[in-house]
Amino acid sequence: MTVLRTELLELRAGSDVVSVRQAVRTWAIDAGFSLVDQTKMVTAASELARNTVDYGGGGTARLELISDGIRRGLRVAFEDQGPGIPDIEKALTDHFTTGTGLGLGLGGARRLVNQFDIHSRAGEGTRVVITRWK
Amino acid sequence: MDRIPILKLRNLLLVTIQVDMHDRLALQLQEELTTRISETGARGVLIDISALDIVDSFIGRMIANIASMSRVLDAETVLVGMRPAVAITLVELGLTLPGVRTALNVDRGMAMLEAATETAMDASEPDDSSSD
Repeated sequence: MTVLRTELLELRAGSDVVSVRQAVRTWAIDAGFSLVDQTKMVTAASELARNTVDYGGGGTARLELISDGIRRGLRVAFEDQGPGIPDIEKALTDHFTTGTGLGLGLGGARRLVNQFDIHSRAGEGTRVVITRWK
Repeated sequence: MDRIPILKLRNLLLVTIQVDMHDRLALQLQEELTTRISETGARGVLIDISALDIVDSFIGRMIANIASMSRVLDAETVLVGMRPAVAITLVELGLTLPGVRTALNVDRGMAMLEAATETAMDASEPDDSSSD
């Protein structure tokens, strides 16, 4: 797999979540995604970007336009140095929340993409990587 | 500071969301709208999201909250103009907006609200009927 292009965006405040949404939209168009696929990727990114800001205490989003030789894809990695997620399985369960949200963010984002990888340990932050192929 | 305008049209409030809302703006809209409902005594709220290219769980929750709060304040909410790609994504995300009435466009939404508020008025003011 080759990375064709990459960009790192800061996620500190609510307005950065909007910037990440807009960047993911532009990149999804560049990757040749259909309108529905763009919408799914942007929505998943929005959920995860908000988690990074609200629960992770801020962090980064790395966008990557990738190719496996046959098709193009978009990969976005969200990283924070926040408190981490003690029980990932539980966090992925619909309607489970430790905050004031609906608890659809993580599980919902996972349903909207082709690949979803999450690494987190209590006290060591969280890294979520989502990939969607054209 | 961004602000989402709330227009009063007879006994309805019309909100057209035309910006990519950050979370605080969404919360602000929720507050302003409930204040306007109680100030104006509006019987219906029409939220037009035809300009929104995504609705994530936060915005979805805000819309559901507005509908619940309006109901408590004796006003009906109708959500109009959802784009097909947004609808597909919302359902896959797991957000079905229970309790939120929807219509395809502003015209149909207005008709729905007018019908609902007229029925409500008829029911609440039986003495006012001009049957004689």
